[in-house]
Amino acid sequence: MNINLTLFAQMITFAVFVGFCMKYIWPPIVKALAERKAKIAEGLAAAERGHQEKALGEQRALELMKEAKTNAAEIVGQAQKRATDIVEEAKSDARSEGERLVAAAKAEIERETNRAREELREKVATLAIAAAEKILQKEIDVAAHRSIVDDFAKQL
Amino acid sequence: MASSETLTSQGYIQHHLTNLTLGWHPEHGLSFAHTSAEAAEMGFWAINVDTMFFSILLGSIFLWFFKGVAERVTAGVPNGAQNFVEWIVDFVEENVRGSFSHKNDMVAPLALTIFAWVFLMNLMDLVPVDLIPHLFAQLFATLGADPHHVYLKVVPTTDPNATFGMALMVFIMVLYYSIKMKGLGGFLGELTLQPFGKWGMPANLILEGISLLSKPVSLALRLFGNMYAGEMIFILIALLYGGGMILAGTAGVLQFVWAVFHILIITLQAFIFMVLTIVYLDMAHQEHH
Repeated sequence: MNINLTLFAQMITFAVFVGFCMKYIWPPIVKALAERKAKIAEGLAAAERGHQEKALGEQRALELMKEAKTNAAEIVGQAQKRATDIVEEAKSDARSEGERLVAAAKAEIERETNRAREELREKVATLAIAAAEKILQKEIDVAAHRSIVDDFAKQL
Repeated sequence: MASSETLTSQGYIQHHLTNLTLGWHPEHGLSFAHTSAEAAEMGFWAINVDTMFFSILLGSIFLWFFKGVAERVTAGVPNGAQNFVEWIVDFVEENVRGSFSHKNDMVAPLALTIFAWVFLMNLMDLVPVDLIPHLFAQLFATLGADPHHVYLKVVPTTDPNATFGMALMVFIMVLYYSIKMKGLGGFLGELTLQPFGKWGMPANLILEGISLLSKPVSLALRLFGNMYAGEMIFILIALLYGGGMILAGTAGVLQFVWAVFHILIITLQAFIFMVLTIVYLDMAHQEHH
């Protein structure tokens, strides 16, 4: 319990310890703490920025979607209109084609009928003449009565 | 006296409160003191080997541990040791920032060293009082020395040399920064020109001188007194162990209770020493008007 040389030895020891702590221990630890603080602040700022960017992106996406929807509706409308147009066109085409075919058929029929009638007419004339010849060979002179028969044939 | 072969309570207590002193004795030459009287006869030129050994050992443990962490320190995710160190560093830094309003890179490391070192030295108080001294005495007995005269004080802060050593260093720093920040004239003016103005110079000098000198004295004696008293109570409790079953049982309970309470005192005293050092240095930096 006496004050002796230990006092000075302790003072020196204390000074050495403080010096050591000041040179080798305190600065790196405090530096690391400050660095971490900066890192965390940076991270928080980045997170905040990300948040804002996300909100912006969402808004933009929404706008794009709205635009795409109106575009699509327009395109669908146009397509529908075009489809009805095509159907209408096809219908009218078909109708006119049908009419044309019917008309052609009718004309063909007419022509055939006329041809058949002409043929028949000639055959009937020849047949009548042949019959009349046979009858008239017996009774009537051919030359004399030919005009009468022709007149008759013309009435057919 | 402790030299008697039968162990008396008085002798036991005295034995525990005597340092292992190495010094130049007028009769025996360079030797370890065998009694506290011999230690006193050695005068100033003696050294308390136990105080030096344990304080340097504990300080080195502190520096080694913190240096180890400081070398591998990372700003990324800290591991367990770094976490622990950072917790203490943060705590010290917060206190320095709270009480010290000037720019000085030395104060924070100083505060950390004081806190950690004083805490570790106080912590030795929680080692059972007889354990290390007894083992030490046995060791010396095998070397042929009389174990009754082998003293060992394990808690360096119960030696006023240790507490005054730190307090004086703090005092020197207070003086240094007072003169550095205010100039010699400013410092002397502070001592002599207030609170009563220049006509009350002697009274001012007495008042301010006392308040200045009381700083290191109170710093050292507060720590020393607390730890000495705590140690003394541990010793007194230990005495009860020799008084039969009931007393020994009571002693066990008491020792546990006092140890738990002492944890608080240990930390508190380390903390107070640190905070007062910071405050004194802050005052040294402050300009008075």
